[in-house]
Amino acid sequence: MSGPAETNGTTDGTTNGTTDAPGTADAAGTIDASRTADVPRTEEWRRLSTRMLFVHPFHVAVRAVPALLGLLVAGSNKGFPGHLFSLGILALMIVIGVFRWVTTTFRITDEHIQVRKGLFRKQVMTVPRDRVRTVDVTSHLLHRVLGLARVEIGTGRSDQKGDGALKLDALGTAEAAHLREELLHRLDTAGVRASAGVPAGTGAGAGAAAGDHARGPGAAAIPTGVAAIPTGVAGIPTVAGVGDVPTAPVAGTFGREKETELARLQLSWIRYAPFTLSGVVAVGVIAGFVSRLTNEGGVDLRQIGALRDGWKWFTGVPVWSAVAGVVIALIVFVAVASTLGYVLSFWGFRLTRHSGGTLHVTRGLITTRATTIEERRLRGVEVSEPLLLRAVRGARLIAVTTGLHSGRGAQRGGSMLLPPAPVAEVETLAERVLAPRGGDGTSPVVGPLVPHGPAALRRRFTRALGANAVAVVALLALWEWAGLPAWTWITALAFIPFAALLAADRYRNLGHAMTREYLVTRWGSLGRRRVALECDGIIGWNVTRSFFQRRAGLATLTATTAAGRQGYRVPDVAMSEAIGIATAGIPGLLDPFLAVPEEHDPHLKGTL
Amino acid sequence: MDVQTAALRPPLHRVSRTAIWYWTIRAALGWLVVIGAQVAWMVVADGDHDAIRIPALAVTAVLAAAHLIVMPRWRYRVHRWETTPEAVYTLSGWFKQEWRIAPVSRIQTVDSERGPLEQLFGLANVTVTTASAAGPITISGLARETADRIVHELTASAQATVGDAT
Repeated sequence: MSGPAETNGTTDGTTNGTTDAPGTADAAGTIDASRTADVPRTEEWRRLSTRMLFVHPFHVAVRAVPALLGLLVAGSNKGFPGHLFSLGILALMIVIGVFRWVTTTFRITDEHIQVRKGLFRKQVMTVPRDRVRTVDVTSHLLHRVLGLARVEIGTGRSDQKGDGALKLDALGTAEAAHLREELLHRLDTAGVRASAGVPAGTGAGAGAAAGDHARGPGAAAIPTGVAAIPTGVAGIPTVAGVGDVPTAPVAGTFGREKETELARLQLSWIRYAPFTLSGVVAVGVIAGFVSRLTNEGGVDLRQIGALRDGWKWFTGVPVWSAVAGVVIALIVFVAVASTLGYVLSFWGFRLTRHSGGTLHVTRGLITTRATTIEERRLRGVEVSEPLLLRAVRGARLIAVTTGLHSGRGAQRGGSMLLPPAPVAEVETLAERVLAPRGGDGTSPVVGPLVPHGPAALRRRFTRALGANAVAVVALLALWEWAGLPAWTWITALAFIPFAALLAADRYRNLGHAMTREYLVTRWGSLGRRRVALECDGIIGWNVTRSFFQRRAGLATLTATTAAGRQGYRVPDVAMSEAIGIATAGIPGLLDPFLAVPEEHDPHLKGTL
Repeated sequence: MDVQTAALRPPLHRVSRTAIWYWTIRAALGWLVVIGAQVAWMVVADGDHDAIRIPALAVTAVLAAAHLIVMPRWRYRVHRWETTPEAVYTLSGWFKQEWRIAPVSRIQTVDSERGPLEQLFGLANVTVTTASAAGPITISGLARETADRIVHELTASAQATVGDAT
């Protein structure tokens, strides 16, 4: 079924291959010798921190809380062994967790990061070190109590389904910090060391210097003086837990980094928190917990007296005041939850620029998170203004970079460069982040945008009003023939003015610009986004035209990129303008495919 | 001004004419599922609401026929491809059409694939991927030899370029 030719065009970044490891736990040497005979072995295989053996059972237990609660509340009087079954699964998951710890090992050589895992199906993941784009260090509450941190290494392969990122869950805090420096600041630290005249042996912790080939294979066994990570004495695995090493040497070795602060959380920004609506998630989480409590835990809510009385009272009051009460309660709850969420995620937020060529974000009150982004791979920024936040002149800033997904909830992803803050602050910061690339005077962040013209305006209205009209007609039909209550179509009818407002706002926000270095595009209304994408980061172009767009002479241009959302659209722009943008963005690419004006008409008609 | 009058010309090559039949059969299989479901529903319901179900089935049949007649021919008129040593350029779709352009220097993989239905018609498709998840270029409905030739050419010219293609 698979084709005759399946070839890798150029060297293809991350090789996430599955290698059958010969032998069992002691196969390190074998693999090394067979695969990379010419690379000196500078690093032993290391284990994750031993303290993870406490964390994993705890996490499993937390996940099982609803079931356990049910066990306590309801008891197992139903004669159904469901609870025993749950406990059995719990025990099994703990055992699996222990096995995962035992089988996961990793090492960092001069050229690669390798992670081995799997008990029955051995897997070796290898990432070339020069493909590391981002390093994300997260500590949950329990991690922090035990001094642990989870390290996620982002590579350029964002096209991979599932998790292309390498995860090390978890290392000692000191080792995690060291690993970050080692992976992203390698060239710089090597340079600093050389100029400071420090003997190579002291700083080479994990073979940090890219050019360290001179050391023979035997040298790996020498305990590395000042370096934070002991490589483990030859033959003895590092079961002691590498995180136990004092942290002072790390600061000593890497303290030479110059660090400039670009932004820091201001307490007054918390006023924007209720407008982020992140509290809606909390409502969902609570609803999920309650439903698990009733289903898995077998708790019958009707048996709880307070709830029953509440429900009785609630059904007693008039319907309109009940609805109003629920709405007000929800609004207050979401606002409070959003504020809490804001404080929890962004407490102590700091964005700094390191002389090693990285941007560094630290944040979090209970769960701390530190994200390091290689600036060279930062392809632009996105100013995101959801409607509510826009209404109070707030915005947030998101990095457009390879190695971090910005699609799935930027707050959860590490690409947030500034939490919801005044729009002026966001714009100033965006300018500063992009500043080192220079420019031609037109700011990609605040510069004027070209509107998309009357055809695009008409299309906005046709789409918004058309969709609304279809809804009204459908509801009318259902009211007529299927007995739907009349208020449904009346409500839909009442939405028409809002649809018109939405269309007008969507057109007003639509715009693009082409500066010398950046493609700028802005779109949306309920969630307005303005993206400045570096032209160097644009891979190719997609131009789509629906039947109606062809009639209106419009097209949607998409710049494809390896960063951020993978593709950034300039919607409903005139075809000639789209081509203008594309030719300016990647000079020369389109030239052979442009029609000479005199002869393009018959050809184009052929495709209509 | 040049930009004002600029337009993309269609890529040079059409896909194989057999693709019309391939597209027809593929779409027909999809419609068969829908019609089959409707028929099954009628059988199970055993005469209830036939006043709605029979017209619904008729509408489905008409839509299917129109789709099967119009779509493959329209698609064939639109689908075109072109490769140069510098770029891959395709045009696809029918009601909604899409041009895709990627420089050869940014190509990461070139895959050729033949599904069971494509094998039946002696066709193959070629997918060119770049580092962007939004950028894969697929040329479908190619004659098998053409597909092999494209893969060969693109692989050769992609290897000739340097850089990590991200």
